[in-house]
Amino acid sequence: MSIGPAWYLSLAAVLFSLGAIGVLIRRNVLVMFMCIELMLNAANLTFVTFSRMLGDIGGQSLVFFVLVVAAAEVVVGLGVVVAIFRRRANTTADDLHGMKG
Amino acid sequence: MFAATVPDAVTFAVCAVVVLSGAIGVIASRNAVHAALSLVMTLFGVAVLFIEQHAYFLAAVQVIVYAGAIVVLFLFVIMFLGVDRREDIDAEPLKGQRPLALVLVAVSLVGVLTLAATSNWVTGAHRVVGSLSSGHHTDTYLLGKSIFTTYLWAFEITAALLVIAVVGAVVLARRPSRVHDTVVEPGDAGPVGPGTPDAGVPERAEVSR
Repeated sequence: MSIGPAWYLSLAAVLFSLGAIGVLIRRNVLVMFMCIELMLNAANLTFVTFSRMLGDIGGQSLVFFVLVVAAAEVVVGLGVVVAIFRRRANTTADDLHGMKG
Repeated sequence: MFAATVPDAVTFAVCAVVVLSGAIGVIASRNAVHAALSLVMTLFGVAVLFIEQHAYFLAAVQVIVYAGAIVVLFLFVIMFLGVDRREDIDAEPLKGQRPLALVLVAVSLVGVLTLAATSNWVTGAHRVVGSLSSGHHTDTYLLGKSIFTTYLWAFEITAALLVIAVVGAVVLARRPSRVHDTVVEPGDAGPVGPGTPDAGVPERAEVSR
């Protein structure tokens, strides 16, 4: 067998934290999307690890659905980014204050 | 059950380094294309970790869907929008936001790791859906069986979700039709016949953008 689940869970926690740092400190909308993908991957790794740990296929099924939702999220998010870029030329999240009161 | 062998430990160590360096590359690279390539590195590392945990089907799907489709979509949008230039990463619009974010994430990470290290795993009933080690069925068989029996309704809902996402993306990315948008740009007409009138083909100009 492979090494214990604690290592995988710790790695997933660190990966999730890196994704969270990226979302918080980056200003480029596309890179923020990529960091969200990092966080989703960390969650997937956790699911697969628990699936093996408990001997249950349910975790892997959930990863399947996370993949589908991630694909849909990326498609809609990039559509929004393209629509925003029609109106203004840069991608920083600070410029998107059109709905500010 | 989880006795580590040397190849497994080496595989995990290499993949952990690959995953984490790819993640750092995503959040630290100034160029969006470099960030996307670092994301591919992380995704491959996670796929190898899936294989290491005997989730073979999910590893294949990870490579095909994530590294093959989603990252290519990212690269398409980066090239399409022309933002593949270096960005000023050192500018800090909000004073003190970055150190605060780093501290908060570090505190959360330490908290999660401490909780995980000092508490017992409260896991509930084992094998609610189906055992991973039942007989000699592969993980693909078990996954398909679980998706098409236990989670069939959720599976149908994801079909609706994907259709909604595609329609939403088309509506979002579509340009509002204006009169001067209907001019076909030279060289991009392709299969359109010569002298196409610009009255009835508002979509033709969008393809070339």
